[in-house]
Amino acid sequence: MRSTPTAQAVLTLLAACMAAAPTVAQQKSAADGIAEYRAMLADGNPAELFEAKGEDLWKKKRGPKNASLEQCDLGKGPGVVKGAFVELPRYFADTSRVQDLESRLLTCMERLQGFDPVAISKTAFGQGEQLTMEGLTAWISAESRGLKFNLPQAHADERKTFELGKRAFFYRGGPYDFSCASCHGQPDKRIRLQDLPDLTKNPGNGIGFAAWPAYRVSSGEMWSMQRRLNDCFRQQRFPYPGYASDVTIALGVYMGVNAKGAESIAPALKR
Amino acid sequence: MTHKKTLFLAAAAAATVLIAGCAAMGPKPDYDTLVAQMMTGSFRDEGIAKVDRLQQDASNAACSQAQGGSPPEAVANAIQQAALKSVRMPADGKFIGDWREGEKLAQNGRGMTWTDKSAAPAANGGNCYNCHQITKAEISYGTIGPSLYQYGKNRGVTDADSPTAKPIIEYTWTKLWNAKAYNACSGMPRFGHAGLLDEKQLKDLMALILDPKSPVNQ
Amino acid sequence: MADPMRIRAQAAGDKATVRVLMAHEMETGQRKDAAGKSIPAWYIQEVTAQLNGKTVLTAQWGPSVAKNPFLQFNVKGAKAGDKIGVAWVDNKGDKRTDETTVS
Repeated sequence: MRSTPTAQAVLTLLAACMAAAPTVAQQKSAADGIAEYRAMLADGNPAELFEAKGEDLWKKKRGPKNASLEQCDLGKGPGVVKGAFVELPRYFADTSRVQDLESRLLTCMERLQGFDPVAISKTAFGQGEQLTMEGLTAWISAESRGLKFNLPQAHADERKTFELGKRAFFYRGGPYDFSCASCHGQPDKRIRLQDLPDLTKNPGNGIGFAAWPAYRVSSGEMWSMQRRLNDCFRQQRFPYPGYASDVTIALGVYMGVNAKGAESIAPALKR
Repeated sequence: MTHKKTLFLAAAAAATVLIAGCAAMGPKPDYDTLVAQMMTGSFRDEGIAKVDRLQQDASNAACSQAQGGSPPEAVANAIQQAALKSVRMPADGKFIGDWREGEKLAQNGRGMTWTDKSAAPAANGGNCYNCHQITKAEISYGTIGPSLYQYGKNRGVTDADSPTAKPIIEYTWTKLWNAKAYNACSGMPRFGHAGLLDEKQLKDLMALILDPKSPVNQ
Repeated sequence: MADPMRIRAQAAGDKATVRVLMAHEMETGQRKDAAGKSIPAWYIQEVTAQLNGKTVLTAQWGPSVAKNPFLQFNVKGAKAGDKIGVAWVDNKGDKRTDETTVS
């Protein structure tokens, strides 16, 4: 096998970092090494492959009703995709509820295309129509790349959901007594060598809420926000959160409102 | 004529503001009930992770309410005292196990998730490096908890079995068993109290940070 | 037929930089599924690139190349308007060809 030039350079870089003697400087160079590796990977994010699929799926006639999603209202009017991602979750009059991107896609796939949202919610990540969600969330978030988060809080239900999200964020439970705040409630902390954004505030452009959906190199998988939240709850030792369930939407409102003004880099690249 | 009209308009405007204000107020949502509904409605059982894990004891309920701050002093004290009472010292009076096993346990981040097959202590790791620096050699450590490097050395433990070391030995055991004995809203899991690790595993962790021969104390 | 590649080619001076993202599982053959059965090896074996129909790059790959591989290379003498084609063949005989115009 001949390595790609990029892979070869990465291997050399990592080898150089690991060869240094263990000192405080070693911590810096390991973290710096990882940051450099990520910068090199940033070009050629496999998320682009999912974006292409997603655009296709938005425009393709599918489902029992053989219709496309081009009339789907993501909050800025039917078919308006640009800018929609950075205003979600938000209240929708036609369903009388606050919905995040994936919940709203379920609504559109049901109403426009005739799919069964319960069946899609029950489908495991990485299979069946969940693959459709991977593509759609990648493309729809890409259409807001570089835009700043600006979730509406004008509707009483939007404000109520923010409050519920805050309480969910600080909800301690399970055998480890963890809440979201256990890891994401203070600045400048990390688990092992993984930096943790403080999600009670705006952690900055392209960080935290502003960095999902993302392609995870370690598993070669495209993770939507719902999948990210699912694995958070797993690591918290909580029971299993329903796909696009109320708690996931509430947390999205809390994090999204806190991230107001942060630039979205989704779909991003993660280790 | 104009003056009266202005007055009338001003009064009407004031009345509108008052009515709009009242409408915006409305009854304040009962968040306690709404949160309970949201949590029970949003989760399901999966593997060993059952929805009863959402039930909160006094400590978790109070610390959740505090939203990152501290509960009222009386509440915090009650939590700490109850936690202290819950601690079970080792039956054979021996606290220090094998630091080599302790290091393996500290490195192990598995256990208690819905992808873990068993909830038995034998299946669980200590997860320690996720939050703590421990040995010098391990650079992949977290910073959620304080560094434990040189833990025993810094506390003057030269002989773990000596009477002078007893207070720190018991403090450390208590902290591992139920960290909330000393801090009502501690971020550290209650390894003994919650049945996450058994006595032998805890003794091995004790050895890792308190045994003078452990690399932690070199 | 496999999913399309994403190819970008940008001219700068006397060469063009070509970046390719390929959609492929790149299964090593070493992994086992949940039931313990080996997942069969499935990976790109050969990659070729053409400038206006003439081959300028050939690569032999194996199972150690990552899933959804990214390839970047420079082509001397390529200029705006030229056609860049990239093709791959995998160990099952599956193939894919895509092309782009140098910008």
